[in-house]
Amino acid sequence: MRPGNDLRARNHPAYWAFLVHRISGLALAVFLPLHFWALGHALAGADRLEAFLRWTDQPLVKFAEWGMVVLLAAHFAGGLRILALEFLAWREWQKKLVAVAAAFSLAYALAYALALI
Amino acid sequence: MTARADTRLWLAQRASAALLGICVLVHLATMIYAVRSGLSATAILSRTHGNLAWLAFYSTFVLAVSVHVPIGLRSVLAEWLGWRGRSRDAALIGFAALLALLGMRAVLGVFG
Repeated sequence: MRPGNDLRARNHPAYWAFLVHRISGLALAVFLPLHFWALGHALAGADRLEAFLRWTDQPLVKFAEWGMVVLLAAHFAGGLRILALEFLAWREWQKKLVAVAAAFSLAYALAYALALI
Repeated sequence: MTARADTRLWLAQRASAALLGICVLVHLATMIYAVRSGLSATAILSRTHGNLAWLAFYSTFVLAVSVHVPIGLRSVLAEWLGWRGRSRDAALIGFAALLALLGMRAVLGVFG
């Protein structure tokens, strides 16, 4: 397949949904061990956890954290779409699930940003 | 890896996904609640310490994650890096163990 053709074949909502699911999944796989390690500070007492939490107050860290939360919401919504496609009998409305998943992620991104501020 | 083992992994991936669907929904709601007034270790731990229901919930969450993440990575490593076979699967079992250990350590630290 010629490269131009390949790109055209891939420029489709279902392909973008696949890509978002994969990249968000990879990012979560990298983030989770760090997240668990950070929360493990609580074993050494509230002071250790507090010191870590104050480090996360930096704007850049907060922004990255917000990004991770949005990726979690996107992976969640995209994952529910995959389960619906695989386990439910095919119906026309399933074509709209990419849009529903995107809308949910966007809505959650805004809601979480508002909660953070 | 036999086709039968591949099928089992596919099933484990979907079963863990269904469980994670519930866990993540609760976690997304909890996070909004928790960050509203800013995160403070004392405030968090005073709510969480000794809470057995949340301890059970987050233990389930961590174990489902430890199943789900390595199986997902298995496909990504094969398709994007061409890494297949025993060495990949051994590395992923190690990663599953790391997630379970660090995750349970965190759960015990926060809810224990």
